[in-house]
Amino acid sequence: MARYVVNRLAQAIMLLVIVSAIGFAILHLAPGGPLSQFAVSGQMTQEDLDRVTRQLGLDRPLPIQYLDWFGRMVRGDWGRSYRDGEAVLSVISSHLGATLELMATATVIAVLLGCWIGVLGALRRYSLFDTLATVGAMIALSIPTFWFGLVTIYVFSVKLGWLPAGNRQTIGDGSFLDLLHHLIAPAMVLALVETAMWGRFMRSSMLEVINQDYIRTARAKGMPEWRILTVHALRNALLPMITVAGLQFPTLLGGALVAETVFTWPGMGRLFLDSIGYRDYPVVMGILMFSATMVLIGSLLADILYAVVDPRIRVG
Amino acid sequence: MTAATLSTVQLAPGQAAWRRFRRHRLALAGAVIILVLVLGSAFGPYLLPFDDTYIDIMKRFAPPLSGAHILGTDELGRDVLARLMMGGRVSLSIGIVAMVIAMAVGIAVGAFAGFYGGVVGAVLMRLVDAVLCFPTIFLLLALAALTEPGLVTTTVLIAATAWMAVARVVEAQVRSLREREFAVAALAFGSSNLRIMFRELVPNAIAPIVVAATLNVAKAILLESYVSYLGYGIQPPAASWGNMLNNAQIYLTSAPWLAIAPGLAITLAVTSFNFLGDGLRDALDPRMNIP
Repeated sequence: MARYVVNRLAQAIMLLVIVSAIGFAILHLAPGGPLSQFAVSGQMTQEDLDRVTRQLGLDRPLPIQYLDWFGRMVRGDWGRSYRDGEAVLSVISSHLGATLELMATATVIAVLLGCWIGVLGALRRYSLFDTLATVGAMIALSIPTFWFGLVTIYVFSVKLGWLPAGNRQTIGDGSFLDLLHHLIAPAMVLALVETAMWGRFMRSSMLEVINQDYIRTARAKGMPEWRILTVHALRNALLPMITVAGLQFPTLLGGALVAETVFTWPGMGRLFLDSIGYRDYPVVMGILMFSATMVLIGSLLADILYAVVDPRIRVG
Repeated sequence: MTAATLSTVQLAPGQAAWRRFRRHRLALAGAVIILVLVLGSAFGPYLLPFDDTYIDIMKRFAPPLSGAHILGTDELGRDVLARLMMGGRVSLSIGIVAMVIAMAVGIAVGAFAGFYGGVVGAVLMRLVDAVLCFPTIFLLLALAALTEPGLVTTTVLIAATAWMAVARVVEAQVRSLREREFAVAALAFGSSNLRIMFRELVPNAIAPIVVAATLNVAKAILLESYVSYLGYGIQPPAASWGNMLNNAQIYLTSAPWLAIAPGLAITLAVTSFNFLGDGLRDALDPRMNIP
């Protein structure tokens, strides 16, 4: 077990290095360059630009810039925002709470609803419910998240007036109920795709389990059906869902970006878009790296956790 | 196993596959809808009396079915149906061209990694893993923001963020097919590595490749709508299904039809390609399992 964890950890660190190299290459080989925002403003002369380039160390060879940047990143110094000079990590962390709140809520909705739909669909395979759920899941996976957000705003905010059309709280308020009221719509929108994915995976996992020999054995020895389902089938069908949670993480993060944009939710996704607009490279780079690292850690945790609950994995 | 039999005994499995596909009614419906969308976008604009970029300030925000404009007009008085059709040309073309590029890159990377294995394979597949760590939308936006937005860049960038899944599928297939008798026989006959890869191994993995290609179109159309909606994809006055929704949020209260038509078009197209892919998967190889 320890060997498996160490192995997996080493792989993850190697991936992180490749990930950072890709990210760095993308942002620095692109036309425009970090100083294009000043260049177009017309306020700075070429002389000023050259000086700033030197001051920011942008005149050094790219590999040196990369090593320098990577070394500082590992030590927790992710540079400073070009926009307001604040440290990148603190800019990110000040927006992270809102994003995590949104993602966690959506995941809870998606796991509960998705697993319920998936299990029911598997048990009543090809029933009307199963067919509707399968078709519904496919449509849910095909709806652009931002458009579903617009429809939600139109129905629940414009027409019915039940939910606020955006933001995390009413200015001056911020009570628990007010926060919850603002959370419902974006969480629902983000949960749609997730629910569909969880439902599909849960259904196929459950189908696989209920055709296993040990389920037939349990039935043959006269065990009550509900006990077979809960104790034997469900517990085993839920195991692969750990992997699904890890796999789903990038989609969840991407969905959060879109949901945050539509609902003007003050999270990391909106920060990312704003920073792109400002060509605030350190922050864009920081968020790109941060999200990729989160994905890496997520899949690492999922793998280790799966090895803990399923001993067969550790050997292979 | 089915993939291998497919190439040797051609007729029977082909017919069986067609029979299985026909039974998948949703996939058939998807194929028909795709055909309608493609024909509508290709020839529809010629049947309309309105140009998609013609601005008529006197007729702003005409609701659907209220006059000559079937789907109404937008904030500049442009005909929504004409824009929807021209936007369809852009969005569907991007979906298909991006898929072709992504397939080419993915198949090449997957075939090389699967065939050579060892260090080459490991390095290529770790690269695939690394790119997959970036949430697609983050990566796509970062790239799109750094380049001059337009039809070509949007297409290429979408392909750049969509080739990895194909590479994984092809790598696994090629790696397992490489050891099979027909591949060893080809090697014994003195075929070059490239010939074995692309004439023997890849064609035998055609079933999962076709399925992945279909699902890839769906994904590319969806991604185009995301970047264009956020303002980094297709730029106005040219229409795409994504950028038609760009301003829709501002006018949601007064002109909801501006949001409804393009959104439905995207959902319809993406759902159709997804169902088509699902049907093809069932038809070509019932046991194949890529989520």
